Amino acid sequence: MSAAIHSLFDFRKNPRAAWVGLALVGVALIALPFVLAGIGTAWVRITNLAILFVLLSLGLNIVVGFAGLLDLGYIAFYAVGAYTYAALASPHFNLHLPFWVILPIGAAVACFFGVLLGTPTLKLRGDYLAIVTLGFGEIVRIFLNNLSQPINLTNGPQGITLIDPFSIGSFSFAKNETIAGLAFTGPIKYYYLLVLVLVAVVIVNLRLQNSRIGRAWEAIREDEIAARAMGINTTRIKLLAFAMGASFGGISGGIFSATQGFISPESFVLVESVMVLAMVVLGGMGNIWGVILGAVLLSFVPEVLRYTVEPAQKALFGRMLVEPEVIRMLLFGLALVLMMLFRPAGILPSALRKRELEAPRR
Amino acid sequence: MDIFLQQLVNGLTLGSVYAVVALGYTMVYGIIQLINFAHGEVVMIGAMVAFTVITTISGANTGLPPLAIVLAGVLVAVPACMAVGYTLERVAYRPLRKAPRLAPLITAIGLSIILQHLAMIIWSRNPIPFPQIVTVTPYHFTGNPDGATITNVQVAIIATSILMMAGLLGLVYRTKLGIAMRATSQNQEVAGLMGININNVIALTFVIGAALAAVAGVMVGTYYGIAQYQMGFMLGLKAFSAAVLGGIGNLGGAMLGGLLLGVIEALGAGYVGEITNLCQLASWSDAIAARCATDPNLTLFGSNYQDVFAFMVLIAVLVFRPSGLLGERVSDRA
Repeated sequence: MSAAIHSLFDFRKNPRAAWVGLALVGVALIALPFVLAGIGTAWVRITNLAILFVLLSLGLNIVVGFAGLLDLGYIAFYAVGAYTYAALASPHFNLHLPFWVILPIGAAVACFFGVLLGTPTLKLRGDYLAIVTLGFGEIVRIFLNNLSQPINLTNGPQGITLIDPFSIGSFSFAKNETIAGLAFTGPIKYYYLLVLVLVAVVIVNLRLQNSRIGRAWEAIREDEIAARAMGINTTRIKLLAFAMGASFGGISGGIFSATQGFISPESFVLVESVMVLAMVVLGGMGNIWGVILGAVLLSFVPEVLRYTVEPAQKALFGRMLVEPEVIRMLLFGLALVLMMLFRPAGILPSALRKRELEAPRR
Repeated sequence: MDIFLQQLVNGLTLGSVYAVVALGYTMVYGIIQLINFAHGEVVMIGAMVAFTVITTISGANTGLPPLAIVLAGVLVAVPACMAVGYTLERVAYRPLRKAPRLAPLITAIGLSIILQHLAMIIWSRNPIPFPQIVTVTPYHFTGNPDGATITNVQVAIIATSILMMAGLLGLVYRTKLGIAMRATSQNQEVAGLMGININNVIALTFVIGAALAAVAGVMVGTYYGIAQYQMGFMLGLKAFSAAVLGGIGNLGGAMLGGLLLGVIEALGAGYVGEITNLCQLASWSDAIAARCATDPNLTLFGSNYQDVFAFMVLIAVLVFRPSGLLGERVSDRA
């Protein structure tokens, strides 16, 4: 399937087919929200959330997939971005900066935290990084919960409400409007914005992968000692991956904050980190298309469960025995274990990654 | 002084639990260089199983002495955890022993999520309270009636931990199995050529670690008075920090690290409020003085940051002495 996708979009070998394919995908992406709105408005929101998760997974993919560093607290950077946006665009501090100012600030703040966390740990072996990031994710949550004293920075467990939606001049992304006979609801506007961001992020990722930096990441992942012998400054390149992944997380967090209008520490718990990791692993670490597929699949799992597990249990036992939420987490856990055991390179494996993961350790 | 002594006692109690859990991490790491992320969940399962047994027996009014009831709980929890530990090794770690390092880390995370949510299905979200069967008796250190005390539960926890650590050291350094374990940790292939069944030795390492974890689970549950499906996560993280502090792979290091971490945490939580009390700066700034007049406890950080200390220790160790207090150089074997 991976090969099919690549040949479909191979601009060198078959430019005409590639352009037609690209145009078809474009039309489908443009038409999608109106089709979804026809089924139910909730589906547009669900799709938006799914795109946010795709963005997050692509960010984590830089760290885990490209550079081979296991980050188990990735959601912390998402939280940092979300709280930065909330602090600068809500009545909490009575600041209302425009979003194009805040998103870069959010990315920079998340990047700063990434460097802060990466500097002491990236020189060491990878498993230390995994556990330190795990702790970091938890610590960020503790701070978010408690930083309402002595100065109220985060408003504690209540979270921050009434966060500004995105707006350009008088054009607000939250209002419903009718343009050229089509009803543009808030979620639909956000959808187009998210698709734009997604396309930009995918292009950045594709270019990164084949750049000097991307190849350096690959080299480090394959064999760190050999990479160092080739003249790669491994600590700096790893730190760069970490910082870049963190900034992508920060940007996604900012968008999340604006689309939801409300954030609290509850949205940034460990299971969210695990979920994003599961998306990356399921789709295929290091392969951008695989990661997108994994994120889309797993984002819709809760919806599928809601429509199947609840009625099925009610029909079988007369009441709900196991909540869909719990089943979802069990599925994520199982996905991580089974993928590693039976198809370590993911549904759509990247060629290099596959060779590496299926070869025995020297 | 009394506060200091009290925090020291509390810290040593929790620290000895950390030490026992840290032993499980360090043993597995020492033998196959793997961080068993799911170890914290084994502790949780031990606590949950034991609490279920204890609640059932004490609810049946058998008239058994409290110690016998707790012992019965432990006796059921230990084999249960051993089974879980064996299953983890067999299903998720053994097939990946030769895989790149990222793979077993990811399965470990997956397993820990699975165990947590299975526990939630079995025991529900609500914490299980420890039945009121043990009367907690405080003993005073000094004549001061409000002074520092040590309770019988704390004495029992510290004594049990010391016994288990001594038993483990005896096992590793005085028995044939211990020799086999140490040989396997040095070089698996050569150990295999010497007639050691490596698979059995590694599985036994997991099982012994899980048995220790079961007892640790009962101890920490009894100390706090509750057991809950999420209790393993933070405990596991702290015990791992303790293992790194002492030098991962080193048994003595895990014990020292656990005790030290417990004390650091208790003293930290006990004094952070006082140290970061902004009212000490009242003479510097009128604004602070004004707020202190109404609220004398204007602190920057309070004891609700207790969980942060273990993490700070972990980072500090990794920056200044990655090999830990007693450890050798962290090897860079790929």
